[in-house]
Amino acid sequence: MTLFILCFLLFLVGIHGVLTRRNLIKVVISLTVMEFSIFLMLALIGYISGAEAPILGSEMVSGAPVVDPLPQAMVLTAIVIALATNAMLLTIAIRLYKKYGTFDIRRINELKG
Amino acid sequence: MDSSIIILFVIIPLFAAFLIPVIGRLVPGFQRIFTSSIMFVLLIISIIAVGESQDTMTYMAGGWEPVNGVPVAIYLVLDGLSRFLLIIINLLGFLSAFYAISYIKRYTGENFFYTLMCLMVAGMNGVVLSGDLFNLYVFLEISVISSYALVAFGVEKTELEASYKYQVLGGLASLLILFGIAMIYWRTGTLNIADIAIILTGEERNAFLVFVQLIMVTGFGIKAALIPFHAWLPDAHSSAPSPISAMLSGVLIKAVGVYVIIRLFFNMFQLDGGLASVITVIGAISMVIGVLLAIGQWDLKRLLAYHSISQMGYVVIGIGMGMILLARDGDKSVAALAIGGGLFHMINHAVFKGLLFLNAGSIEYATGTRDMTKMGGLARYMPVTLASSFSASMAISGMPPFNGFFSKLVIIVAAIQGGFYLLALLAVIAGIITLASFMKFQRYAFYDKSPQREVVKEVPFSMCFSMVTLAILCLVLSLLIFPGIREVFLGPAVNTLVETADYATKILNL
Amino acid sequence: MQGMSVIVKKIAQLMSGLIFVYGVYIITHGHLTPGGGFAGGALVAGAFILLILANGSEYIKLKRQEEGSSVVESTAVLLVLVLATTGLVAGSLVFFNNFLPTGIPGRLISAGVIPLYNIFIGMEVAAALITIFLALVIYKEEISK
Repeated sequence: MTLFILCFLLFLVGIHGVLTRRNLIKVVISLTVMEFSIFLMLALIGYISGAEAPILGSEMVSGAPVVDPLPQAMVLTAIVIALATNAMLLTIAIRLYKKYGTFDIRRINELKG
Repeated sequence: MDSSIIILFVIIPLFAAFLIPVIGRLVPGFQRIFTSSIMFVLLIISIIAVGESQDTMTYMAGGWEPVNGVPVAIYLVLDGLSRFLLIIINLLGFLSAFYAISYIKRYTGENFFYTLMCLMVAGMNGVVLSGDLFNLYVFLEISVISSYALVAFGVEKTELEASYKYQVLGGLASLLILFGIAMIYWRTGTLNIADIAIILTGEERNAFLVFVQLIMVTGFGIKAALIPFHAWLPDAHSSAPSPISAMLSGVLIKAVGVYVIIRLFFNMFQLDGGLASVITVIGAISMVIGVLLAIGQWDLKRLLAYHSISQMGYVVIGIGMGMILLARDGDKSVAALAIGGGLFHMINHAVFKGLLFLNAGSIEYATGTRDMTKMGGLARYMPVTLASSFSASMAISGMPPFNGFFSKLVIIVAAIQGGFYLLALLAVIAGIITLASFMKFQRYAFYDKSPQREVVKEVPFSMCFSMVTLAILCLVLSLLIFPGIREVFLGPAVNTLVETADYATKILNL
Repeated sequence: MQGMSVIVKKIAQLMSGLIFVYGVYIITHGHLTPGGGFAGGALVAGAFILLILANGSEYIKLKRQEEGSSVVESTAVLLVLVLATTGLVAGSLVFFNNFLPTGIPGRLISAGVIPLYNIFIGMEVAAALITIFLALVIYKEEISK
């Protein structure tokens, strides 16, 4: 149970970063921290204490309990999606720096209203 | 026709999207015709899927049959609601791709535009067809990441800023959706939508379920740009190139926003009166505040983007009223009327909002500006644009005999019959303010005689073709309300939502 | 882009070979041990990126390499789709069918068509990461001229 509370704390750290940081890149890093906390929580959901890893070997054949492999597959897919999101965000951030000359989000506000 | 037609909707655009960069380097000009023909093939297949049979088809990827009655495969489901949305997505995809043949010539990197557009359509097709929660998430991410890149396509200052804002908020929404999926998996142990519906039947309302439902409403509400989650929409939809604005505003906010809310809350979770009231209130607020924010805009595409928020409010209050009536065991025919009005307004909005954004693109192509105070006197030089934008403005304001009139009428009648008098009054007021802002658009864009108007030409043929087709559809779609045609198209879609438990039983053959 | 000193260049040349082989090992044993296409592809990309960072080069040469890796990426995804569709077309009308014979679990040549999927996905992920990296380096070179 304490592990879930720690994951939630990590999520809160990420949200604090997204809301209060002024640098473009720091917002991206905080979003990444938030995503990782969700992945940790997903992997923790399938955990059974005292069970083996779900690899087809002698343990699975003999009927001992194994950890649930479905959340692990979900986390792998979600990591690849987070990679694509990060790549897009960082490319746009680099081009924004070239056009506006600053990383400060308070100065990048041409679209108003 | 067996059920393997379902998989074609996803394979064909994916195949096309990755074939275009390989062959586009060798044969120039190949990608434009190829994309339009691929979208046309998809449209033909979706029309065949509507016309052929009316029952629910499922497809198990990999061929894994259920083991002891427990579904283990990834299911793809084609039922009435999916057929309805597939037609909207592929129709608008084809017309936007055809429009873009002339429009995108002015941008650089034309090759990748068509790849991203095919990926976006593939993602949206996958979302409306999937019967499995995590599969829905993956296809949602495919289409949304392609749209991030498409919004920033011409790399000017404002477009990059709009894309950055869109991406941060969209990433937050995707994270909340993943969190909701994790919570549902923790509770039920399965990811199949029909199986979750069966496991959750008969559970009384507890704090965990309400929490998960609110997280899902927030996550998908950000994707559907309902108030108070709308902050990214005016920037993103006004900075994108015009065919992409038409697709974003016409289908993306419906297929990955409102459709998923409908599917999860009618067919997966048990009907809950409190949450239905929350959804209806969000819809009503979006409807009113959207028009009030739109009136003062002078940028043409920003005005249209704010109106998208308001029209999505109409759809959501139609759906919400139906949910409230079904949850408290009210009159089922009134609920069916409200849901039918909401779905009918969804397809109408796709057609006339797509047409309005394509018109804004033509005006920008011809005059080079989006500011309404600088246009004027275009009525003499651009007759096709004038006629189609008149048709679209009348449709969105709800004038007979255009299609907007019928769908708004159905929603208002259902509101009065169901006893929601305040919602009916708000809908009428919002309609009047919509009419006012579109009168403003027509006057400033086309009729205001500014003396130093230089001669502009009408836009090329491919753009005219898409606009004229959509304008004709604005009139033809009003026929959808009549009893003979209604059973083919709208009827099955409404039935899968009103009979909420049928989804699970039909798929798992219980 | 400036190259680094001689010590870094030599060690990078030695290590990148090892990292490449380790990545290929993880890709091909994807049906026996954890890993598979994604993780192995990221490792293979890491080997190439290490070489580019250590040696540095003019951006004119990198532009040609970027087009090449982009073509490799698209072709690899097309091959994955073709493999998945051959189950659909030739025979049992099921997508993603496992149509090659599955052998004894635990040996290298077993589990039907899954090792082929792993190899093509590994190629695709490696090519995609290299394309992203090269695109960013070329952009930086262009704007700093």
